[in-house]
Amino acid sequence: MARIGVFVCHCGSNIANTVDVEQVADIAGQAPDVVFSTDYMFMCSEPGQNLIQEAIREHNLDRVVVAACSPTMHFRTFSGAIQRAGLNPYMLEMANIREQCSWVHADKAVGTDKSVDIVTMAVGKTRWFEPLFPQEIGVTRRALVIGGGIAGIQAALDIADSGVEVVLVERSPSIGGKMAQLDKTFPTLDCSGCILTPRMTEVVQHSNITLHTWSEVQEVRGFVGNFEVDILHKPRYVDATLCTGCGECLARCPWQKIPSEFDEGMGTRPAIYRPFPQAVPNVPVIDAEQCVAIKSLVEDPEREKPKCGVCLKFCPRDAIDFRQQPTVTTEEFGAIVLANGYSLFDPTAYGEYGYGRYPDVITSIQMERLMNAAGPTDGEVRRPSDGKHPRSIVFLACVGSRDERMGRPYCSKICCMYTAKHAIMLKEHDPDVQSYVFYIDVRAGGKGYEEFVRRAQEEYGTCYLRGRVSKVYPEGNHLVVMGEDTLMGMPVRVEADLVVLATGVQPQPDAGDVARILGISYDSYGFINESHPKLNPVESNTAGIFLAGSTIGPKDIPESVSQASAAAAKVLGLLSQPSLLGEAMTALVDRSRCAGCFACEDICPYQAIERVTLGYGRQAAEVNEGLCKGCGLCVSACLGKVITLRGFSDQALLEELNVLLLEPESA
Amino acid sequence: MPETSFEPRVVGFLCNWCSYAGANLAGTSRIQYAPNIRIVRVPCSGRVDPLFVVKAFQAGADGVMVLGCHPGDCHYRDGNYYTRRRFTLMHAFLTFLGIDERRLKIDWVSAAEGRRFAEVVTEFTEQLSQMGPLSTQASVQVSAGGDQIRETVSL
Repeated sequence: MARIGVFVCHCGSNIANTVDVEQVADIAGQAPDVVFSTDYMFMCSEPGQNLIQEAIREHNLDRVVVAACSPTMHFRTFSGAIQRAGLNPYMLEMANIREQCSWVHADKAVGTDKSVDIVTMAVGKTRWFEPLFPQEIGVTRRALVIGGGIAGIQAALDIADSGVEVVLVERSPSIGGKMAQLDKTFPTLDCSGCILTPRMTEVVQHSNITLHTWSEVQEVRGFVGNFEVDILHKPRYVDATLCTGCGECLARCPWQKIPSEFDEGMGTRPAIYRPFPQAVPNVPVIDAEQCVAIKSLVEDPEREKPKCGVCLKFCPRDAIDFRQQPTVTTEEFGAIVLANGYSLFDPTAYGEYGYGRYPDVITSIQMERLMNAAGPTDGEVRRPSDGKHPRSIVFLACVGSRDERMGRPYCSKICCMYTAKHAIMLKEHDPDVQSYVFYIDVRAGGKGYEEFVRRAQEEYGTCYLRGRVSKVYPEGNHLVVMGEDTLMGMPVRVEADLVVLATGVQPQPDAGDVARILGISYDSYGFINESHPKLNPVESNTAGIFLAGSTIGPKDIPESVSQASAAAAKVLGLLSQPSLLGEAMTALVDRSRCAGCFACEDICPYQAIERVTLGYGRQAAEVNEGLCKGCGLCVSACLGKVITLRGFSDQALLEELNVLLLEPESA
Repeated sequence: MPETSFEPRVVGFLCNWCSYAGANLAGTSRIQYAPNIRIVRVPCSGRVDPLFVVKAFQAGADGVMVLGCHPGDCHYRDGNYYTRRRFTLMHAFLTFLGIDERRLKIDWVSAAEGRRFAEVVTEFTEQLSQMGPLSTQASVQVSAGGDQIRETVSL
C-alpha cells in the first residue's frame, strides 16, 4: 500500500485567489492511499519544504504530490526536498494548479473543481511510481565549437584558456566570419580587422585549440558529456602541412576573374585563393568548380597530367595536390557550442529597389567592402557602374526586416547602427558627400548608440527621412529614389549616385539542417531556440549543446562576444563535473515477453535499442540506458506491450484517466 | 440534459516540451480558456498509445486532444511524425467504432504559442458542446468491442 502525502500551495494569492485550496486539500485527503493532506502559503519556501519533510517522517510517507506550479518551475526544488527527507527523488508528482488552472480560470468554483481533478489525477499516477536511479555517465573533457566567426572564436578561446581542449570547425576557408568583412565597427569606429585578426591568430596558435577550416559537422551522435561527431574535411587541394602561405600560386593562377565571395562580388579572385590576405589559416584553397586542372581530372580520372598546372609548377613547396579527396574524422566531445551565425536578406525580393538590375544599387555589406582599405577598391568608395566617387548617397533601412510581406516581421537590430556608421564614414572619406536615410524608426538601444546616431545627423549632416521608398529608377547617369516623408506628410524625390540597401539579418540558409543534425529546435524563421529566453539564453533545448551569437537572433558584436563567453562558462561548468547523472525516466523491456519483432528498433530516434540473444538463440530487445532519452516512442510502438517507460508507464497514465473519468462527477 | 448546460469532458495529452510548455505560457500570460480540459502530461506526443484514446472515450470523455510539437520541431527528433501517422489511422478507426472522428483532435502547439493553445482548447470545447455528449449508442458500441480492448489495456 502506498502512503501518499498531498501538499497544496497557495502561492500567496496566485492560486488561493481562484482556487479554494483548503477544500482541494480536504478532498484530496480522501483519495485512496492518501494518508496526509494539507495546504500552505508558500510550499517552495524553506518552511514549506520543512513542512513536507516533517510530514514524510511523521506519517512515513513514501510518495508526495505537490499541488502548486508547473513541474518545469519547481520539480527540482521539491524532488530535492523529499530526497533530503530520505525518499527517492522520483517519488514526486507535481499537480500543476497554477499555470494550468488558477491563472487561466477566473471563477473560483471552476478553479477548485479543476484543481481537485488535477490533484487526484496526480495522486493516482503516483501510486504506480517506483524509485528511479539515474545512471552515472562519464564526461569527455573536450569541446566542439561550430562556426569560426567572432562568437565561435571567443567561445573557443575562453574554453581553451581554461585548459580544456577545443576543436573549432569552420566551413569556409578561413575563420573570421562576417566581422572580417566589416570596415569599422559602431559606435567606436574601431577598425574591425585590427581588433579581430589578433584573436584569429591567437586561435591558430593556441595549444589547446585544433582548427578545422573548410570543414563541416556532418553528424552528431550521443548525448551530453558524450557526443560523437563526424567532421567532413572538404578537399582544399593544398597540403596545409607543406604550404607556407607565400602566395605565389595566387598571383600565377591564370583564372583571376572569379567574383569574390568575401568581397560580395565587388572584387575578383583567382581559382586558387584565400578569402582575404589575413586569412587564418593562411593556406589557399582551390575552387574545384572553377579550376581547369581539377575539372579535367574529374572528367577523366585516368588522365596523367591535368590540363592546367600553373600553381603546381610555381609552388616552391610542392603543396598542391589536385587529387585530394574529402575525408571524414570522428571525434568525441563533452559539450558543443553552436555559433554558426547569420546570413543577409536577399534584396532582389524587393523588385522596386532595382537591386541586381541597376549596378549602383548595392547592399550594406558591399558598402563595407568598398570602404575597407583592404577591399577591392583599396578603400576608395567608387560606384560600380562607372567608378566615379558618389556624392549623393541614399540609404534604405529595413530591407528585409520589419516587413510582414517578406516574412521578416522582426527587427534586425544592427541595421540602424551600421547605416549611421556608413553615413559618418562616407563623410569622413569625402566631405562633399550628402547622405539620406529612409527609415521606419531609428532603433539605437545600446551603450553610446543613440549618441552615435545623433552625431551622424547633427555633426555629419545626414538627412533622415521617415518613410518607405516606393521606387528606385535610373535617370541619366544617376538614380532617382521616390519615397515618402511621413513626418512632412509628402512624397519625396531624391537623386542619388549610389543607393545602399540595409539588408536584414536572417538565419543561415541551412540553419534548419544544422539544427536537425544537432537535435535542437528552431523558430519559424530558422533561428535556434534558447532553452529559456531569459534565464537560459545560451542553452539549447538539448543538454550539452550551447548557443552563441546571431544563430539565436540578430545580435551585434558586443552581444555576440558576451554570449560566447557565457556559453564558454556553461561548457566549462559542465566539463568540470567528474560525472553526470543520466536520464532516469528511460524505457525498460520485459525480455521474457519480448517477441523480438524490433519495431522499437526502427522507431527509436537515438539507436538506443540493442539486440540481445537469449537462450536457444532467441533474440530480444534491450534498452541502452545511456542513449535512451525517455521519449516513449518504443513503448507505444511495441506490439506486445512489453516495454514500459519509467515514470510514464501505461498504468500510471491510464490511472490518471481512471480517477478522472470513471468516478462520478467530482465535487 | 439540456444542450446549454452540457459541459463536455475533455482529456488532453500534451507533450512535455512544446504543448505542455505552451499551456504553461497561456498561464503565465493569464489567457483565459475553457476549463473543461484535463491535462495528461506525456514526454512526447509519440508516447500516446491509441489505446489511451479509446480508454478515455470508454471511460466517459466527450473529446480527446493530442497536442505535440509542430512537425519538424519534435524534441525527440521525429516523434510527432509517428503521432501524425498513427492518429490519421485512428480517426478512421473511431468512425468504425461509431465515435464521431471530430471528437479526437490532433494538433500542434509550440512552447511559444500560449494564445494558440487557449484558442485550440476553447474551439474544441465549443465544438464538443455543440455536438453534445458522446451518445450512449456509441458507448454501447465501444463496450461491444471493449472487452477485447480492456483486455489489452489492463496490462
